[in-house]
Amino acid sequence: MPATFYSKDHEWVLIGDDGLATIGITDHAQTALGDIVFVELPEPGRSVAKGEACAVVESVKAASDVYAPLTGTITEHNQAIVEEPGLINQDAGSAWFFRMRLADAGAFAELMDKAAYDAFVESL
Amino acid sequence: MVPFAGYEMPLQYEGIIAEHLACRAGAAWFDVSHMGQAEIFDPAAFERLVPGDIAGLKPGRQRYTLLLNEAGGIIDDLMVANLGGHLQLVLNAGRKDFDIAHIAAHGVAVTAKFHRALLALQGPKAAAMLPEATGMSFMAAAEMAIAGIPCVVTRSGYTGEDGFEIGCEPDDAEALANALLGRGAVPAGLGARDSLRLEAGLCLYGNDIDETTNPVAANLAWAISKRRRTNWDFLGAAPVREMLDDGAAEKLVGIRLAGRAPARAGAVIRSAQGETIGRVTSGIFSPSLNGAVALGYVRADHAEAGTELDLIVRDRPLPGVVTNLPFIPHRYAR
Repeated sequence: MPATFYSKDHEWVLIGDDGLATIGITDHAQTALGDIVFVELPEPGRSVAKGEACAVVESVKAASDVYAPLTGTITEHNQAIVEEPGLINQDAGSAWFFRMRLADAGAFAELMDKAAYDAFVESL
Repeated sequence: MVPFAGYEMPLQYEGIIAEHLACRAGAAWFDVSHMGQAEIFDPAAFERLVPGDIAGLKPGRQRYTLLLNEAGGIIDDLMVANLGGHLQLVLNAGRKDFDIAHIAAHGVAVTAKFHRALLALQGPKAAAMLPEATGMSFMAAAEMAIAGIPCVVTRSGYTGEDGFEIGCEPDDAEALANALLGRGAVPAGLGARDSLRLEAGLCLYGNDIDETTNPVAANLAWAISKRRRTNWDFLGAAPVREMLDDGAAEKLVGIRLAGRAPARAGAVIRSAQGETIGRVTSGIFSPSLNGAVALGYVRADHAEAGTELDLIVRDRPLPGVVTNLPFIPHRYAR
């Protein structure tokens, strides 16, 4: 069963049946950023460490980094949001950024589940 | 909400792009009460501190001018309106305390009216929403009642669009705001205010101009009134005159980037040959142009419209072209 986890940097991480992690930003993050006008994504093949800045989102006013929520290798990125960054504002939960193969398949246990993330956002 | 010059200000209500486009297409309402209002009763004395023709500013007229220091640097940029019995100043929020101290230190009596509210109504439909102000031309200033509230109205703004800035007492501000919103204006925050002014090629104090900026370098020489260019008797006149005669080493230019990624303030500007020739002072995604634009200073030999440049963002060059300002034509009610 695919399951979704969350990072403190406001990313969602969907762990698929194929073991690949799909990463996007949360609705809370897109609301805080406002209108997103530009996205830069990591190229497939790039190795990223947990916490490493690997994507950039630009809103009208400011640039923000998106961090690798876990350590692994990028396998794919979503060209659709590069061409139409507004998709992230429309539906952050489906506008994925990139997919990665995790160095440690069990590492997602370090992330929060939905209830924990909701409580985390509430506490901010 | 974001902190700005000591105030909690709304960055946006619904979204910067929607608010920006509402101002270009209809009318937007801004609460700019953080701006500092002040009164001066001696125009001749005040004139010594600014390069604008204040003695010649007729009752009912407003003018953009600059407070300069002895080195010709810009202490603040401001609006001055002749309301008949006195001048009304509108000062930048982050500079207003310094401005008042500076004006007073030069022996000019000035009364801060920082408690007063200031609301802006901007956009092509602003005039239709403010029938009380019918007959005012661009940069006119008048005292009048709006929805029964005593106001000081000027036909001016910071968006490049036709519109008004309306001052009132703080106790009346909420009623005035509700009246303007009730007439169909869309509330807009600081974010849209910044993107609108940048498209209009208007400087932001603290970003594009500061105490080290000679107005000639910032393309503000037009603010030196003709009469003041004969006597050169304002504070900071000599360095301004010198730069007018000798030319500026660096000039403020508009830059249209090829892509959507903005180059923000501080980004290095390189020539097509890779030489560092300047820096970005303001950069944003332009909702009207659907692409990135910037203001920045470049070496004078690269300031010609059409010059190709690279703006360095995240260690990579983003191509751009020097573009005549404003990026979006002004639509003032002349």
